[in-house]
Amino acid sequence: MSPHLLLTFASTAKIALPKIDYSSILPELVMLGAAIISMIVSSLTRKRDLTWPYTAIGVVASLVAGEWSLHLFEVVRSQGPKATIAGAISSDGFSTFLMVVISVSVLLSLLIAQGVVFRDAAKGPEYSALILISASGAMFMAAANDLIVVFLGLEILSIALYVLVGFRRSASESQEAAMKYFVLGGFSSAIFLYGIALTYGATGTSNISKIAQYLANNTLTSNGVLLAGMVLMLVGLGFKVAAVPFHFWTPDVYQGAPTSVTGYMAGVAKAGGFAALLRIFYVSFNTLSLDWRPVVITLAVLSTVVGAVLALSQRDVKRMLAYSSINHAGFILIGLATATAAGVSDSLYYLFAYSIMIIGTFGVISMVSAARGNFEGPILVSDLRGLAKRNPALGLALAIFMVAQAGAPFTTGFLAKFSVIAAAVQSREYLLAIAAMMTAVVAVYFYLRLAFAIYTDREEAESTTTPASGGGVMTEVETAKKTYTPPLVTLVGVGLAMAFTIVFGIYSSPLVTFAHQAVLMH
Amino acid sequence: MFPYLNVLIILPVVASLVLAVLPKSLSPKVFRNLGRGLALVVFAISVAMAAQFKVGFGGFQMVSVHSWIPTFGISWSLGVDGISLVLVLLTSLLFVVALFGAAENKDEKAYVAWMLLLEAACIGSFLALDLFGFFLLFELTLIPTYFLIGNWGFKNRGKAAVKFFVYTFLGSAFMLVGILSLVFIHQATTGHLTFELAQLTKTTLSSATAKWLFLAFTAAFAVKAPVFPFHTWSPDAYGEAPTSTVMILAGVMAKLGTYGMIRFDFQLFPAAAKSLAPILMTLAVVGIVYGAIVASGEKDLKRIIAYSSLSHMGFIVLGLFALSTQGLSGAVLQMVNHGLYTAGMFLLVGLIYERHKSTDTGVLSGIQAKAPIFAGVFTLVMMASIGVPGLNGFVGEFLILLGTFVTHRWWAVVGATGVIFSAIYLLWAYQKVFHRKDEANRPFAEIKKGEFLAIAPILILIVFIGVYPRPFLDRIDPSVHTLMRQMSVTYTTPANSGSAIGSGVNK
Repeated sequence: MSPHLLLTFASTAKIALPKIDYSSILPELVMLGAAIISMIVSSLTRKRDLTWPYTAIGVVASLVAGEWSLHLFEVVRSQGPKATIAGAISSDGFSTFLMVVISVSVLLSLLIAQGVVFRDAAKGPEYSALILISASGAMFMAAANDLIVVFLGLEILSIALYVLVGFRRSASESQEAAMKYFVLGGFSSAIFLYGIALTYGATGTSNISKIAQYLANNTLTSNGVLLAGMVLMLVGLGFKVAAVPFHFWTPDVYQGAPTSVTGYMAGVAKAGGFAALLRIFYVSFNTLSLDWRPVVITLAVLSTVVGAVLALSQRDVKRMLAYSSINHAGFILIGLATATAAGVSDSLYYLFAYSIMIIGTFGVISMVSAARGNFEGPILVSDLRGLAKRNPALGLALAIFMVAQAGAPFTTGFLAKFSVIAAAVQSREYLLAIAAMMTAVVAVYFYLRLAFAIYTDREEAESTTTPASGGGVMTEVETAKKTYTPPLVTLVGVGLAMAFTIVFGIYSSPLVTFAHQAVLMH
Repeated sequence: MFPYLNVLIILPVVASLVLAVLPKSLSPKVFRNLGRGLALVVFAISVAMAAQFKVGFGGFQMVSVHSWIPTFGISWSLGVDGISLVLVLLTSLLFVVALFGAAENKDEKAYVAWMLLLEAACIGSFLALDLFGFFLLFELTLIPTYFLIGNWGFKNRGKAAVKFFVYTFLGSAFMLVGILSLVFIHQATTGHLTFELAQLTKTTLSSATAKWLFLAFTAAFAVKAPVFPFHTWSPDAYGEAPTSTVMILAGVMAKLGTYGMIRFDFQLFPAAAKSLAPILMTLAVVGIVYGAIVASGEKDLKRIIAYSSLSHMGFIVLGLFALSTQGLSGAVLQMVNHGLYTAGMFLLVGLIYERHKSTDTGVLSGIQAKAPIFAGVFTLVMMASIGVPGLNGFVGEFLILLGTFVTHRWWAVVGATGVIFSAIYLLWAYQKVFHRKDEANRPFAEIKKGEFLAIAPILILIVFIGVYPRPFLDRIDPSVHTLMRQMSVTYTTPANSGSAIGSGVNK
């Protein structure tokens, strides 16, 4: 092929550039822009170690993005949903709702990280830049109306997360976690991509709403390729949201990643994964729900059961929360499994409530490990003993997050569980509802075990098990324990998460309505 | 009108939140007195509410409805009828007795805050007329109780607290699915999404569906009550819980189960309740006999009372499912009675523990000689529990057995043996603890003035209801009649506005 030929080809075929509606992707652009600005600023300043300017940039960006998403939500409400940028991006209630969720998650994560992570390994702009980039990826996944854009968003999200997981360069477990996450993540991305290809082959388009249209208008006599594509996409996204049986990476990665990254990952990566999952299956494959519903129900049951049962026997807090996040993923899947608008809106509500709770939870845990003197390393359930006595505020916060995750009344966790169970019952999946509730009972047990440890005296427990140790190192840690005052920004972040969990748990109507409207407008 | 019902729930919640943010450095006495003062205020409000209550009217009064989560058709709706009235009074009284009688000396701030939250949740459960609100408050009782048992309980408190939580939550899981199914069936038939009890009673259900839903609801209530064989959490929780908590647990929270049966099982699924009544009655009778037999074999006073409580809760369930007016009225009255004497017994056993650091009947001995007034008080409460005529236990049990005998003779006959059994095991235990000669001759302090004053309301009511149950039955009966009319069960006695004992014995 000569260069000449290529030139003629380029000149004859005119590519019509679509009109780009910047307003509808402004939140993503703000996040990306803030990340780039952070990098530029850091290269212009001499003090490489500063962190607060970048956190500040990130906080402002997430506030702007969140505010704009709310504005977009209002626009959608008044003018109706629309697909823009050649139909690749959809600006509807669903996407704007998730953008709000992601913006709030980023805001809280950055506030929390400023006080804890940066004292450990991270200096400079990279941490907040990566958080912002991954957030924009998750937002693209939420807004994508084309499978290719979903994939792009997924990769933007994932690649930034691979780096974040391995952020503690000196710690081997962090490296190991990053490696595991990367290898398995790459593998699942490939599977997802293969699914896209097969779906494209079967339907002739990669546009999510056009696939739906195609399937509504045509009956496929042999739909093996389409079904294979659907299953492969389910597997790929199932990995991202940590649904059983694609969950094996979760405990190791959650445990090895820096604690505040774990919280962020549990919240935002789930939001992104579920955004794609909900949109692809609820919109594109709506007509095929008879085919995929049994599979999703199976995944939901397996995730709730396996997550709850395996969490029971964990002694490491982060591993326990990893399994509990699998249990939560199962609950969110229940909403999808109903394949109804109500179910999807319940999943969205659950995602919002869960993201905030889990970020707050890991925020407290990162402070607990900071208070211990060494920042990372395993945090056992027994390490939390006496937390309420050593630091009443942290103890109370963690206890509240635990009961909220368990689904206690007057927290957002209650209505989250309640509404997905309601959706399951409404679509007459009684066994699914009962199975999920049973796992909620099991989950209550391990959440309360943690909450109980917080309020048990360390002295009381230790006097019977270990004799008092008098080593020099030990006393140093002891003094670190006593003198530790939690950093204010982190406390603000955790406090906001806690306020969200309780205020919207009691005054729940606005948030429920928000999620409800989000689904009606797509 | 003064919003009694809302205040009864919101005041303790706010108080507990305020307590939670008060600085810990304040003297424990401040918290203790605040808690006692607030419990008294709540009691005063509930008495004022009772004074406002129109006697002779069977429906709900002082109803308050506010929209809460309109998307799900959830409202905040409260109301009181004769049945919930007496239970709210019982609750607010027992919290006063518990806070005055059994003070904790560890971390009083948290203790008082949890107690007040628990009080709000219990009262709220009795008043809620919206199934969502009821479920929420019913579940909310678990959290304070869990922490009260877990933090202030005895040696094996951790395990007992978790067992309590998991068992009761397991029951509630079924109820939640039941509530939701009912609500959506209602929505499917009427097109109206609501959690309000009054609306949901009108749902048309097929007989099989109604039975399943009845069982789902009853699962939660049977665990809470507890009904045999769902009782296995209760001896552990009763045994390990601190005195104040076990008073509430056995005195008030057990009634949540039986109250739920009346309010929800009977009103929502009358036909299913009737057809499944024999099963529930059989379980109740088995529970009566089983509880009594195990209580006879137990050595620990707390566990004896725990099993005795199980046995006596069996009577209440028996009276309910006999589905006769006397049975129902008797069961409701017995809920109050059982609350009074069981809480009294647990309080007294708690006082014994404070003095001797033991509740083992093998160790305790000779208390009567050393503390005659204490022994007298204990005897009175125990006699009420046995069901001696002239004390409150007799009135309730008599009505229940009467009501059961009319409709289900053999159940009543077997159940009545429980009365004899309870005399046996309680008197055995009493004899050992109070009359056996104390070889070691350990000192035992006489009941203190404060302790006596704390338990005095219980003693007064035990005698008062025993002699003159009319004021209570006058309030309970119209609501029972209304309920029976709703269930359209044929009356088992000729038209008679009072129940048998109310009109027959005391007129």
